[in-house]
Amino acid sequence: MNFEPILTEYVKHQNSHTMDFYLSHDGYKSAQKAIQNFKPDELIEEVKKSGLRGRGGAGFSCGMKWGFVPKITTKPKYLVCNADESEPGTFKDRLIIEKDPHQLIEGIIIACFAVQIHTCYIYIRGEFVNGAHILQKAINEAYERHFLGDSIFGTGYKLDITIHRGAGAYICGEETALLSSLEGGRGYPKIKPPFPAIEGLFGCPTVVNNVETLANLPHIALHGADWYKNIGTENSTGPKIFGLSGHVKKPGLYELPLGISLRTLIYEYGGGVLDDKNLKAVIPGGSSCPVLTAHEIDTKMDFDSLIAIGSMLGTASAIVMDTSTCMVDALWNVLRFYAHESCGQCTPCREGTGWLAKIVGRIEKGDGTKNDLSLITEIANNMVGRTICVLADAAAMPARSYVQKFYSEFEEHVQMKGCPFKK
Amino acid sequence: MKFNDTVLKELETITSRYPKKEAALLPALYLLEREFGTISNEGMEYVASLLDISPAKVFGVFTFYTYYRRPGTGKYLIQLCSTLPCALRKSEFLFDHISKKLGIKNGETTPDKMFTLKKVECLGACDRAPFLQINEDDFEHMTPEKVNFLLDELRKKQ
Repeated sequence: MNFEPILTEYVKHQNSHTMDFYLSHDGYKSAQKAIQNFKPDELIEEVKKSGLRGRGGAGFSCGMKWGFVPKITTKPKYLVCNADESEPGTFKDRLIIEKDPHQLIEGIIIACFAVQIHTCYIYIRGEFVNGAHILQKAINEAYERHFLGDSIFGTGYKLDITIHRGAGAYICGEETALLSSLEGGRGYPKIKPPFPAIEGLFGCPTVVNNVETLANLPHIALHGADWYKNIGTENSTGPKIFGLSGHVKKPGLYELPLGISLRTLIYEYGGGVLDDKNLKAVIPGGSSCPVLTAHEIDTKMDFDSLIAIGSMLGTASAIVMDTSTCMVDALWNVLRFYAHESCGQCTPCREGTGWLAKIVGRIEKGDGTKNDLSLITEIANNMVGRTICVLADAAAMPARSYVQKFYSEFEEHVQMKGCPFKK
Repeated sequence: MKFNDTVLKELETITSRYPKKEAALLPALYLLEREFGTISNEGMEYVASLLDISPAKVFGVFTFYTYYRRPGTGKYLIQLCSTLPCALRKSEFLFDHISKKLGIKNGETTPDKMFTLKKVECLGACDRAPFLQINEDDFEHMTPEKVNFLLDELRKKQ
C-alpha cells in the first residue's frame, strides 16, 4: 500500500525530538494558525467534522468529547493527556513521546485553545523514564519560545503544561483512575456519571485525550477536516499507528490508514510469521481484545469491522501467535496481568480476575477438570458490565473468546492432564 | 530524614503546579526515592508532614503503586517484562537464566545487595522483546549472552 506517514513522518531522523528540527519542518505553524485564525468553537466543529476518534482504546469522537465541556463555568477547566500507555502489546505513544514530543505539545495547544483550557497535565507512566525526560526538555523549549506560558504566540492566550509521572499501575490508564492518581490518591476508577467533562480533575470540567489522538490535531488544524476525512474509512477516519509484536518477522510500528486488513499488516508490513511458521491467532488491539483465529485476519482494522466480528480495535496493537503457541498458556499470561492490575474496588473484578487466572493456570498445569471450561465462561459472564470500570471486561472478554475459539485445545489439556505443547 | 533546601524549593515548585498540595504526592515520593534511594516509613511520614496529609494516606497510596523502590532493593534493580508479547519471545527462559546466574528468585536481592530481580508486567516496548529495565535504563532484544555481558559490566563497575 502506498501511504505517506503523517504522524510518524519524521521519527526516523536523529534530531526529530528537538525544537530546531520541528521548526524547520513547519512546526507550531498549525497551532499558530489555530489560535490566530479560528474561534474556539470553530475548532471543535472542525475536529468533529474530521471524524477523529480517540486512539486510546475506546474510540469515542474527540470533537464530541470536547463539546461536553460546559462553555460557561466558574471553575477552571483541565486537559489531561493520557500517556499512561500500558495495555500489553501497545507501544505507539512511546514513539510519539520519545521521537516527536513537539507534535504532541502542538496538539495539546490546539486542544486547549478549542476548549479554552489554560492548564494541562500529561500523565505519563512511571516506566517511561527516558520519555519523561525528553518530553520535559521539549516543554522547556516550548516555554522558551513562548509557545507555552503567559502569552502564546503573543496572543495573550495562556497555557501551562505539567508532566505528572505515574508509578506502575495499569489501571491509571482508565481515565477516572488516572484522575484519582493525579489528585494524589490510589488509582481508583470512579463511577460515571458524572463524566470528567462535567466533573473531572479536582471536581472541575476535564478533557482526557490520548497522546496519539492529540498528535493528530496539528494535521487536522493545518490541512482541514475534509483532507483528514479522506484518509481511512467512513466511520474510522485518519491515519493510525499500528503495532505488531509477538511471532512476527518485523515487529514494530506502522502508520497506515484505518481500515487496512490484518493480513496486510502482518504479511506485507510485518514480513509474515516468524521462522515462516503458520499463523494460529492474533489479538488485534492489545491484550484486552477478544482473540481472532488465523481465518479471521482478512478483517479490516477499523473500529466497526472488528466490533462486527466480536472483537475490538483497541489500541490497534496486534499480538501475533504462531502454531507453536499454547492458547491456554497465552490466556493464563493475559489473565495474570489483569488479576495483578485489578484495583480491587469491585468484587466481580477483584475476585473474578483472580479466579480466572487460577482456573486457567490449573488447566495449563494439568489439574483442570471438564467443568472448569464452562466455569470460565460462567465467571466471565458475571464480570462483564458489573463493575465501575471496564478492567473486568478486559479480562473476561478475552477469556470467553479463547475458550470459545480454541475449545478443543482446552479440552485436550484436561484430558491429557497437562500441556500438549510442553513435551 | 529531611530534604535539603534545594529539594524543598523543588517540591515547592512542584506543589505550585497543582490547586491542591496533596496532588503532589506521587512526585514527592519520587523526590524521596531520588534523595534517599528507597522509600521508607520514616520518609513517608516526612512527606506526609510536608504535604499536610496523614502518614496513613501516604502509606495507602505508596502501597498501591509498584514502581517505587522498596527498602532493601539492590543497587541495580532488574525489571524483566513477563507479559504476553515478551513471553512469546521467550522472556521466561531469559528470566530463568538471570535467576540462575544471580542465584536469586523473583523479588529477591543478591546477598551483596548488588542486584534485585523482578518480573514485571508490560513495559510497553513489545516490538523490542524480550525487554528489561535496569534502574532507569532500557535494554531491548535481550539474550542470555547480552545479559551476561551487562551484569558482568555492572559488577565490575561496582
